[in-house]
Amino acid sequence: MSELEFRAVSVRYGHGRAAQLAVDAADLVVRDGTTHGLVGESGSGKSTMARIAVGLTPVSGGSILLDGVDITDRAPASRLARRRVQMVFQDPFSALDPRMPIGSSIAEGLLATGRRSSRLDREARVHELLDRVHIDPRRAGESPSAFSGGQRQRITIARALAAEPAVLIADEITSALDVSVQGVVLNLLRELQQELHLTMLFISHNLAVVRYVSDEVSVMRAGRIVEHGGTETVLAHPEDPYTRELLRSVPVMGEPLELEDA
Amino acid sequence: MTIPPAPTPITAAPTPSTPATAGRGERPRLLGGSPRLAFVLRRLLRAAVSLAIVLVASFFLVHLVPGDPVRAALGPTVSPEAVEALRRSLGLDLPLGQQFANYVGGLFTGDLGVSVSSQRPVAATLAERLPTTLMLSVLSFLIAAVGAFPIGVATAVSARGGRRRAVDLGVSGFLGILIAIPNFLLAVLLISIFSVGLQAFPPAGWGQPSQVVLPVIALAIGPLAYLARIVHVEMLRVLDEPYITTARSKRLPGRVLYLRHALPNIVAASLTAGGVVLVGLVAGTVLIETVFVIPGIGSTIVSSITTKDYPLIQGVVLVYAVLVLVANLVIDLALAVLDPRSTIAEA
Amino acid sequence: MRTRFVRTLLTPQGVAVSIGVLVVIAATVFGPILFGDAASARDIASRQQGASLAHPFGTDELGRDLFARVVVATRVSVLLTLGATGISVLGGVLVGVIAAVLPSLARRAVNAFIDILLSFPWLLLALFFSVIWGTTATGAMLAVGFAGIPVFGRLVSTLASSVAGSDFVHAARILGSGPLRTATRHVLPNILPPLLVNMAVHASVTLLSFAALSFLGLGVQAPEYDWGRLLNEGSRRIYVDPMAAIGPGIAIVLTGVVFSLLGELFSERRRNAPLRAVRRRTRAETRAIPVVSDTEPVARASDLRVSFRTEDGGLVERVHGVTLSIDPGEVVGIVGESGSGKSVTAMAIAGLLGPDSLVESDELRFRGIDMTVEPTAAERRRLGLEQAMIFQDPLSSLNPSLSVGRQLREVSEIHGRVPRPAALKRAVDALNLVRIPDPERRLGQLPHEFSGGMRQRAMIAMGLMGSPRLIIADEPTTALDVTVQRQVLRALRDAQRSTGAAILLISHDIALVSGFCDRVIVMRDGRIVEELAADRLEDARHPYTRGLIACVPDMATNRALPLPVIPTDTAATAVAESPEVRT
Repeated sequence: MSELEFRAVSVRYGHGRAAQLAVDAADLVVRDGTTHGLVGESGSGKSTMARIAVGLTPVSGGSILLDGVDITDRAPASRLARRRVQMVFQDPFSALDPRMPIGSSIAEGLLATGRRSSRLDREARVHELLDRVHIDPRRAGESPSAFSGGQRQRITIARALAAEPAVLIADEITSALDVSVQGVVLNLLRELQQELHLTMLFISHNLAVVRYVSDEVSVMRAGRIVEHGGTETVLAHPEDPYTRELLRSVPVMGEPLELEDA
Repeated sequence: MTIPPAPTPITAAPTPSTPATAGRGERPRLLGGSPRLAFVLRRLLRAAVSLAIVLVASFFLVHLVPGDPVRAALGPTVSPEAVEALRRSLGLDLPLGQQFANYVGGLFTGDLGVSVSSQRPVAATLAERLPTTLMLSVLSFLIAAVGAFPIGVATAVSARGGRRRAVDLGVSGFLGILIAIPNFLLAVLLISIFSVGLQAFPPAGWGQPSQVVLPVIALAIGPLAYLARIVHVEMLRVLDEPYITTARSKRLPGRVLYLRHALPNIVAASLTAGGVVLVGLVAGTVLIETVFVIPGIGSTIVSSITTKDYPLIQGVVLVYAVLVLVANLVIDLALAVLDPRSTIAEA
Repeated sequence: MRTRFVRTLLTPQGVAVSIGVLVVIAATVFGPILFGDAASARDIASRQQGASLAHPFGTDELGRDLFARVVVATRVSVLLTLGATGISVLGGVLVGVIAAVLPSLARRAVNAFIDILLSFPWLLLALFFSVIWGTTATGAMLAVGFAGIPVFGRLVSTLASSVAGSDFVHAARILGSGPLRTATRHVLPNILPPLLVNMAVHASVTLLSFAALSFLGLGVQAPEYDWGRLLNEGSRRIYVDPMAAIGPGIAIVLTGVVFSLLGELFSERRRNAPLRAVRRRTRAETRAIPVVSDTEPVARASDLRVSFRTEDGGLVERVHGVTLSIDPGEVVGIVGESGSGKSVTAMAIAGLLGPDSLVESDELRFRGIDMTVEPTAAERRRLGLEQAMIFQDPLSSLNPSLSVGRQLREVSEIHGRVPRPAALKRAVDALNLVRIPDPERRLGQLPHEFSGGMRQRAMIAMGLMGSPRLIIADEPTTALDVTVQRQVLRALRDAQRSTGAAILLISHDIALVSGFCDRVIVMRDGRIVEELAADRLEDARHPYTRGLIACVPDMATNRALPLPVIPTDTAATAVAESPEVRT
C-alpha cells in the first residue's frame, strides 16, 4: 500500500505585500498503484506540487501524507518517509552530474533505501536497472555527455527506481525531448507501471500525454485544483470552463484548427 | 513555472509565461514604488555601510600594527620620554572607546591629526595634494572611456561571425599585451622613450601641461585596452542575440543596426566594467605618482608607509577609500539612469 | 579527459604555454644555482655599464650582471607569487565554504561584506595590509595574499551556489545524500576545474602586485631582490641604461602572460571561440530590380545545401539538397525533429544565415531577388518590407532596450519612408489586428512589460508594418502555453488573411502544422522526406511521416497499446527502404 495525499497544501513565496501564492489550498490523492496526471500551464503551480512532495520547497500550510505519515515536517520519521517519494526532473541535461559516471549516479539512488550493500551488490543492481530502462549495462562507466537526451532521461528514471520509491513523481519529463524520443520514454513508463505496480504523479502541460499515461487527472490553474476525476470522465465531460478551454486548444492531427474564438 | 499569475478570465489577455521571471518568486522590494528608486536606495545604504567599515578599519589600522607603533615610528634611538610624549599627543594613551570617539569626532571637524614627520595637519596636506590626484585619474578615465568605445565597437563589428579573423586576432592580441603591461612599467618605458630618448616631455614633476601628458598616458592605456576588450566582447555577444537577427530580418541599415539596436544593450556591462576601471585608476595613481614624482596623495601614501607616519597613513587610506566609494556610487547612479533594466533585474 | 588535455597541449597556444611554463620552472629551480655567482660577482671596473653582448641588460652600480640578477630573481618572485596565491585561494575557499554552511541571514551578511571588500582595488587592500605587516617580503606576501581572499571567496561561493542549485544536487538531496557527501561527491568535483583555471589567472595578477609593491619599495628589501626591486633600481638609472629597467620588466610581463594564458588554455570558455567565416558573397551593385508577377512563387529554393564550419575548421553539411517553392498566399508548414534542418532551411530562404555558414543552391529566390548574393540597396528595401520573421523565443527576439512602438515603426519609417505620425497610426492598426488591447499605451512600453503571448503577437504586428508577401514563423508557439498558442495562431491567420501574405510555419508538432497549414513538408536529417496536403495526412506514404503521425499521443490514442516508435538510429534513407515502421 502506498498512497500520497496532498491535504489543503499552500505554498507562499516572498513576504508581506509582495507574497505570492504558488499553491493555494490544493487537495490531491495519488492512489496506490495508479498514475495520477496533473495538468496545467506555466505558472499554475504544478511543478511546485512536485517540489513540495520531495521536500525541495517547504509548504506554508496543509500537509502531505504518505500512507498516513506526514512527510512535510523535520522529524526523523518524516524525513525517512520522504525518501520513499522520488522525482524525475524535466531537464535530463542538468539532472545528471556531468563529472560522475552514470553507474555511480544510479548507485546513488540506493542510498535512499537505507540498506548498506557491498560493491558487488551495487554493481549488480545498477546493471539490472540499466537493463530495465533499455540501456546497455556495459556503458555504466561512461559519463552523461556520451548519452542523448532520451537516454539520459531513462538513466534518471533508473536512478529514481534504484531508491525503490513508494511514489514516483515525474515533472514534465518529456517536454525537453523530441516527439520520437518522447514515445520511447512514455512506453518505458507504461512498462514500469505494469511490471512494478508503480504509483506515480505525472505532471505535464501536455493534455494528450497526461491522458495517455494517467488513470486519474487533476487540472491546476493559478495554484488551485480546478477539476479532478477519472481521466476519461474529465476529458470527455469537462465541468470547469478552463478545462474546456485547454481541451479546445490541443491541436488534433489532420483537423483544421478552430481559431475564431481565440 | 511556479509563480501563479493573477487570476484572469480565460478569454482575456494571456498570463505571463516568461522563463526569466519563473522560479523563486520576486524578492520583496525595499519600497513599494519604483524599482529604480529602490536600487538607488540600496546602493546608498551599501555605500554608508562601506563607509562605516572604512572608518573602523582606518581607525584600527594603527592598533593592528604588531608591537609599538610609536616606537616604530620614532626609531630605536629616541628616548622613552619622547615616545611617551608622542603617544600622548596622538591620544594613544586614552581608552580605546575614547580614542575612537575622538577620531570620528575629529573627522567631522576636518581634523585628521598631525603628521609625525612634518608636524603639519594631515588635513591640510591632503587638501593640497588631492586635486592633483583627482585631475590625474579623471583625465585618464575620460581618455580611456572615450577611446575604448569606438575601438571596441569597430573591431567587434568587423569581426562579427568570424570574419576578418586575422585582424580580430591581431587586435585582441595587441589589446591583451597592453592589458598585461603594468602601468608602472609602462611609465618607465614612456620616460625612457619620450623623456630620455626624444626629450619631448619632462620625466617628472607636475604643474606644466607638458608634465601631464606622460603620466596620463601611462595611467590610461591599460584601462583603455581593458575597456575596449570588454566593449568588443559584449558587442560580439549582443550581435549574436536573437533580437539582432530580428533587426537583420528587417534589413535595417548598418548604422541603425549597430548604433540603435546593439549599442544600448552593452551599456550595463560596459558601465560595470567602467566602474572597475575607474576604481583601478584611482589606485593606479599610487604607482604613477611615485614614478613621475607627482605631489599627489598617491606618492604621499607610499612615503608615509615608508616613514611609518601613522596619522598621515590613516588620513590617506581614508581619502582613498572614500574616493573608491564615490567612484562606485557614481557608476551605480549612472547605471540607474542609463539602463533601468539592470536595476529591475537585480530586484 | 586525458585525450582532451593532450589535444589542448598540442595546439599552438598549448605548445607556447608549455614552453613558457618549463622556462619559468627551470629559472626558478636552477636560476640561483647556475647564475648565482654571476649575479653576486662585483666588478667595480665594469660598473654601471649599458647593455652589451657580455651584459645583455647591463650592470649595476657594483658591476653585477643584471641579466644574471633577473634570472636569479625568478625564484623569489615566483615563490612569493605562489605563496600569496595559495593564501588567497585557501582563505577564499574557507570564506566561501563558511558562507555556504551559514544560515541564510549570516550568509547574506558575509556575501555583502565580500562585496564591499571587492569594491576596493587590490593595491589599496595590499597597501593597507602592508602597513600592518610591515614592508618586508613576508609582509608583502601576506598583504597581497589577503587582498586576494575576497576574490576567491566570491568565486567559490558563486560556483558552489550555481552547482548547489542544479537538478543533480537536488536529486542527490532527495535520495538522502547528506550535506557532506553531496559537497565532496558533487559540488567539489564540479567547482574544482574552474577554480584551478582562476588560480592560474590570479597568479598572474599576484605576480604584478608583488612587482608593484617591491617597485614602490614596500616589498622585498635589500640585499634580497625580486623583479620589482630590480625594476625599481633600474628605473633610477634609466638615463644611463634603459635595459636595466626594461630587462626585469620583460621578465614580469612574460611570466604574467604565461600564467594567464595557462588559465585561459584550460578554461571552458575557450571552446566557444568564434568560428571562421566561410562566405564571401559577391556584390552586384548594378543589377536591375526584377519585375515580379503575383502569380509566381514568392520563394523558391532548388537543391539548397547549407554547410557550417566546425570547430576544427572543416565544413559539415546540414541541409542536403532541399527543393521547395511557396506560392503567393499559401500556408506551408515544415515539420521535423531537432537536427532535421527545418530552421536552417527557413533561415536560408530568409537570407539570414550568418557568415559562418555556406549556402549553395541551383536557385534561391524571394520574389525574383537572388538570395545567394549580397542584396542591392533597393533589394534590401523590398526584403525589409515584404519579408517578416517570427522566432521561437518572443522575449529575446524583441530588443529589450527599445520601446515596442519604435521597433514597429522602424520598417515603415526606414524602408517605407513613411513619416512618423503615419507610421505610428499604422503601428496602432497592426496591434489592433493582432488583438493587443490599448495599443497606444502599449507602443510606449518596453518588451519586458508584455506577456509572452503578447510579445509574439507584437512580433507578428511588426511583420505587418511593411507589405508582407512571406511571413516565416520558426516555432512561434513552442515557448508558449497551449491556450496562448491559439491566440498567437489566430493573430498569424488574421495577418495572413488581411495581407494575402504566404506563411512558412516551422514546427516540431505535426498536429499543429496539419491544423494550420495548407501543405506539410516533412524533413529529417537535412532532407525532405515527404510533402503532402495538410488534409490528406492519412495518405502519407513515407514510413517516417507515418511514424511521426503515430508516435504522438493525441486525445484518441488507445491507452492499452504502447506507442509506435520510430527507430532513431537509422538514417532517413534507411527508413525509406524499411518496409514498415513498427506499429
